[in-house]
Amino acid sequence: MSSMKILVVEDDREAAGFMLKGLREAGHVADHAADGEAGLGMALSGAYDVLVVDRMLPRRDGMSLLAELRGSGSEVPVLLLSALASVDDRVTGLKGGGDDYLVKPYAFSELLARIETLVRRSAPEHARTQYSVGGLELDRLTREVRREGREIQLQPREFSLLEYLMKNAGQVVTRTMLLENVWDYHFDPQTNVIDVHMSRLRGKIDRDFDRPLIHTVRGAGYRLAE
Amino acid sequence: MRSRAGSLWRSTAFRQSILYFALLALTAGGVIAYISWHTRVTLHRQTVETVDAEVRGLAEQYSTGGIRTLVTLVDKRSRNPDNSVYLITTFRGEALAGNIRALPPGTLDEPGQHTLQYGRNTEDAQPQDGTAVVQVFVLPGGFRLVVGRDTSERDRFLEIVERAGWYAGLLVLILGIGGGYLIAKRTLSRIDAVSDTSRRIMAGSLNERIALHGSGDEFDRLATNLNEMLDRIAKLMAGMREVSDNVAHDLRTPLTRLQGRMEAALRSGDAETMREALEAGLSDTANLIATFNALLTIARAEAGSAKTPRQPVDARALLGEIAELYEPAAEEAGMRLSVSGDVEASVLGNRELLAQALANLTENAIRHGHPADGDTGEIRLSLEREGGIVRMVVADTGPGISPADRDRVFDRFVRLEEARPAGGAGLGLSLVAAVASLHGGRVYMEDGDPGLRAVVELPAADATTEKNDAKAQAAP
Repeated sequence: MSSMKILVVEDDREAAGFMLKGLREAGHVADHAADGEAGLGMALSGAYDVLVVDRMLPRRDGMSLLAELRGSGSEVPVLLLSALASVDDRVTGLKGGGDDYLVKPYAFSELLARIETLVRRSAPEHARTQYSVGGLELDRLTREVRREGREIQLQPREFSLLEYLMKNAGQVVTRTMLLENVWDYHFDPQTNVIDVHMSRLRGKIDRDFDRPLIHTVRGAGYRLAE
Repeated sequence: MRSRAGSLWRSTAFRQSILYFALLALTAGGVIAYISWHTRVTLHRQTVETVDAEVRGLAEQYSTGGIRTLVTLVDKRSRNPDNSVYLITTFRGEALAGNIRALPPGTLDEPGQHTLQYGRNTEDAQPQDGTAVVQVFVLPGGFRLVVGRDTSERDRFLEIVERAGWYAGLLVLILGIGGGYLIAKRTLSRIDAVSDTSRRIMAGSLNERIALHGSGDEFDRLATNLNEMLDRIAKLMAGMREVSDNVAHDLRTPLTRLQGRMEAALRSGDAETMREALEAGLSDTANLIATFNALLTIARAEAGSAKTPRQPVDARALLGEIAELYEPAAEEAGMRLSVSGDVEASVLGNRELLAQALANLTENAIRHGHPADGDTGEIRLSLEREGGIVRMVVADTGPGISPADRDRVFDRFVRLEEARPAGGAGLGLSLVAAVASLHGGRVYMEDGDPGLRAVVELPAADATTEKNDAKAQAAP
């Protein structure tokens, strides 16, 4: 993933400090604004690839910042952070112009993975009908999957899972992201349901080949890459 | 007490009493005025008519018997000590007969009806003055015939009637104001009792209740409702206290563990020990967050449905999705998971919460549903529909739960001893119970023979709307 310019609007300086440090260690450029007004001013300068905005901020709350930003015509992807976790809160957050919604507290790996997929998603290539990664091909129209020419039979859910992984190829996707995007559920299962689905998919994609495409990223999730 | 009295005058009850009284006084006054007016008019007319008739009778006597007969007749009648008055005069005004001594001058020249002051001759030669209604009649030959009725007695009677009217009015006034005051005071004292009690409850004596009068009137009904509301609030508060105690316990325990782990690692000064402690600490934190989230979700679900969107959720599709999500996990745990129940059923509610409830039951089945004899366990998800009731069932072939514990498992933080090694925060089933009750249903455990059947019973969406429709139609 190439370096991105990220604006973090978060009033808790310590949390923001950890976040900036982590983002910089991941190779990105990160700026910080401690309140909504400052955040809005910096965001309107237009120099950012992605915004991370806390919902509750001093001087101007996150939703109002977002409304102002969208009103000015900006389409920069925004990840909303919030302590409000109910389904309604999530829906209002996304309806208000947020591109993703992450509930506090979160693991940094989760935040990073979501930021990176957000930027990728905003690039104008998501309408593709075919994906290809390291000899693995997926056709969204014929719903066929081939690896090095050999057809692989997948269950419908496995197909969706692979589609999501290929759409975000090269990036880390977390278990929560998979549950949200492939199953449309927003709760935390207490068992390793996603891992079991992934290991089945892996069995079909990687078992007969020397070079694995699906990688486990310790403490974070999965990544599909050559 | 003065402010109490002041508030009495300003009270709605008093104002209403005064209003009623004013209406009553107006009505009573109207009735009395009408009666006295009507009496006066009727009596007057009667007098006029009798006088008229008598004049005509006497005129007839005159025309048949001449003046002499008339004079004799009038003279005779004049001696009756009743209220009749008579006078016959010549055309020059000289009295021939009768008991009228004096008339206002000029009366005799004006035939017709008069109400006038007159002087009367009486038997005991004591002249009297009075008021009379008279008829002046001119007979052929210039004679004047005056016939009338003394109205003094009638006027006195009317005066009495009128005075009685005024007294009655005064009585109404006194009774009205006094009654209004008493009614208002009585009403106000009941209301004051309620507001005094609520004030004391607000001030902290939460166990007090509003006293009932025992008559079952509207104030008693109000007090009963308020008392029931207070009981419910008290129960909720007790529940809250219990929950916060439990939360404190269940969060405090892992927090203590976390703290101990970190302190020990710091003391050791060994880099590897610290690293292990940090990793273990992270996993503790994740568990804490999960517990916390579950508690929040339960609290939200229990707080009620007002904020939760209620949309039709296809129960069959939902069950299918959960089965599909957990099938690989069940297989990995060495169990078979199947889904059945080909019935149309949808429920009104929150898909996310219902999914989480079913997921929790399925996770429980995977965790605890292994048969004791080591056979392959089976988990069956099924959908049943019976009239307006939809049942989503998660059945396993495990050892089950003893009947004594089947209700207890839904309480927060309850982990049956035998389940302890399998872990879990003890919140999963409480969440299921909260979600079921949020959707107007319930969850219960029953013997699956073998194994356990966890049943989520919810009202079907169409049944719910039918019921609402019926309610809407029943309302006028």
